[in-house]
Amino acid sequence: MQFGILINEGPYNHQASDSAYLFARTAIEKGHQVPRIFFYHDGVNNSTRMAEPPQDDRNITQRWSKLAEEHGIDLVVCVAAALRRGIKDELLAPGFRISGLGQLVEMGIQYDRLVTFGD
Amino acid sequence: MSDMDMEDDGSGVVKKFMFLNRKAPHGTVYALEGLEVVLITAAFDQDVSLVFTDDGVYQLMKGIDTKGIEVKDFSKTYRALEGYDIEKLYVDRASMDARGLTEDDLIVDVTVMSDDEMKNLMAEQDVVISF
Repeated sequence: MQFGILINEGPYNHQASDSAYLFARTAIEKGHQVPRIFFYHDGVNNSTRMAEPPQDDRNITQRWSKLAEEHGIDLVVCVAAALRRGIKDELLAPGFRISGLGQLVEMGIQYDRLVTFGD
Repeated sequence: MSDMDMEDDGSGVVKKFMFLNRKAPHGTVYALEGLEVVLITAAFDQDVSLVFTDDGVYQLMKGIDTKGIEVKDFSKTYRALEGYDIEKLYVDRASMDARGLTEDDLIVDVTVMSDDEMKNLMAEQDVVISF
């Protein structure tokens, strides 16, 4: 099955990013596909390579980059939500790209399921 | 919204998208940014339904005035939805009752639904996105 994932909350502040990561990783392990993950609202803050969590904590952004590289996942950050929050191309971690909301709608149209992580 | 014209993913597939609006219009950004997704989805010629439930019913309340909190008042957008062929607006009766609101308090025409009716409508959808 093809899963699209929508993440609506920022990292560390909220569990949504962690839950979405575990869901994506597990879905792939079970033989499903996660072609794209879309970041909206404060979820866009998952994409910045400027984040430096303490050494003994998980690095949520690096974790996304690694998962994307290993499984060819398209990590898309909403342009309007990103600009509003100061997220720009030059700040993006590997694997992320900025694009429009149409990419989210496409996931709903093309994939078997769209799963939202947020409040 | 200049980027929303002529959107098409090329597949010609029309799915039923339901947007579940659960939060008050102000206090958090969910309602405002959620509306953006609704408009883009309509621009992709999808079958769009909007549900207002919990504090989301306040999004449609008449007489919203945001001057005091110095944020943008986007309530006019709900009146413009018809122009985007978004005409399926549903409100949860229990949520409205719990907040002392009636249809007369709302800025647009809606269909008021019971929990059971809402459950059935939700089961018919291909995609449910919750804000």
